Amino acid sequence: MSDHDHHDDGVSRRRVLECMTWAGTGVLWTISGGVPHSLGLVGSAAAAEPSGLTFLQISDSHVGFDKPANPNALGTLEEGINKIIAMPKKPSFMIHTGDITHLSKVAEFDNAERIISQAKLDVHYVPGEHDFIDEEVKLYKERYGKGTKGAGWYSFDASGVHFIGLVNVVDLKGGGLGNLGAEQLEWLENDLKGRSKSTPIVLFAHIPLWTVYPEWGWGTEDGGRALEYLKGFGSVTVLNGHIHQVMQKVEGNVTFHTARSTAFPQPAPGTAPSPGPMKVADDKLRSMLGIASVNFKLGDQRLAIIDTPLQG
Amino acid sequence: MMTSATCRSLGLRSGFRSGFRSLGIRLAVAAAIVLPLGVIGAHAEDMKVTIDNFTFAPAELKVKVGDTVTWINHDDIPHTVVSAGKFRSKTMDTDNDFSFTFTAAGDYKYFCSLHPHMTGMIKVE
Repeated sequence: MSDHDHHDDGVSRRRVLECMTWAGTGVLWTISGGVPHSLGLVGSAAAAEPSGLTFLQISDSHVGFDKPANPNALGTLEEGINKIIAMPKKPSFMIHTGDITHLSKVAEFDNAERIISQAKLDVHYVPGEHDFIDEEVKLYKERYGKGTKGAGWYSFDASGVHFIGLVNVVDLKGGGLGNLGAEQLEWLENDLKGRSKSTPIVLFAHIPLWTVYPEWGWGTEDGGRALEYLKGFGSVTVLNGHIHQVMQKVEGNVTFHTARSTAFPQPAPGTAPSPGPMKVADDKLRSMLGIASVNFKLGDQRLAIIDTPLQG
Repeated sequence: MMTSATCRSLGLRSGFRSGFRSLGIRLAVAAAIVLPLGVIGAHAEDMKVTIDNFTFAPAELKVKVGDTVTWINHDDIPHTVVSAGKFRSKTMDTDNDFSFTFTAAGDYKYFCSLHPHMTGMIKVE
């Protein structure tokens, strides 16, 4: 993990990070003064009454997953969406960082859409590897690929912030990690060319663009090249999913953050034989939904992980 | 290249059943008829690769030309087996399997296209 771990704030952050293996509901982001801040999970974020642009990140809904780690992934997605609906201040939009479905089945996409649309927010998706496993690899693109390039990458602007959705789950090479590929990197370079360096950038993709744990494939082979194009920009925030737990680090002006899943937790790197779904006690899973929030503020240098259980 | 690949559910793991799907294997079976059936059966038993904890076991398997290898996924997460230009399974959900009959000698490196850090090797002699 990183240079931010050495601060002394009671229970050491490193220890908290190591222990963080829960599922959650969603992360609320707000941008004030051009700098994105995470306000933690929606429960606590609602109380913060953020001003300026706010947006939500949800990830890894795995609709269709029904194994012991969470027999009802659709139900926990719905709980997350209900919390969003209950927020007193409506966020501007939502991003979903992939693995909408578990097996790319039509019914799974339909169910996900039915639940997520209840939030009545624009949703900007990027695919996870679980969204591309239908026979013809067409369902994701039919639904969410409109206006995107290649396997589904795109960019858009909101309130002066430039958002870039990347796809790093296709054409993966044996023995390797996530992959962006030459075509997408070239597009990214052009997308950023000539853009004012004071434009805050939010980059989002499914698999972490930074190397979290290569032994479990948690990183992107050519993620470093993407980040090279972002050199010189004053504020860069990289949002990912895939690893079903919160991880974050700051490198210079780049903040990396991974979101929780709404479906099931995965173990912290190296703490289990594999990154597969982690079964916890039923009552523990429920209490984990929303027990942790993450705040970071650029300029503060300190990342704060706040343990905020919704129950108990 | 004469090969056969099937993705099917449990319970259909007879090497012969898959084998009849390709001419190459039909010839192999014709040749095998002169051998004691027990030898063929014992041999076929070994041609299995299991997936547990995001790992192929055995990581390397030696087989003979004409053998059928079956991969079975025991994880709660779907996996695939892909050998570039050689074979590609459908997505195997929990307890699904995939079989492939090797009709040419060589080293077949393969990986899971969803979790590419998962790699394995079939050596066909």
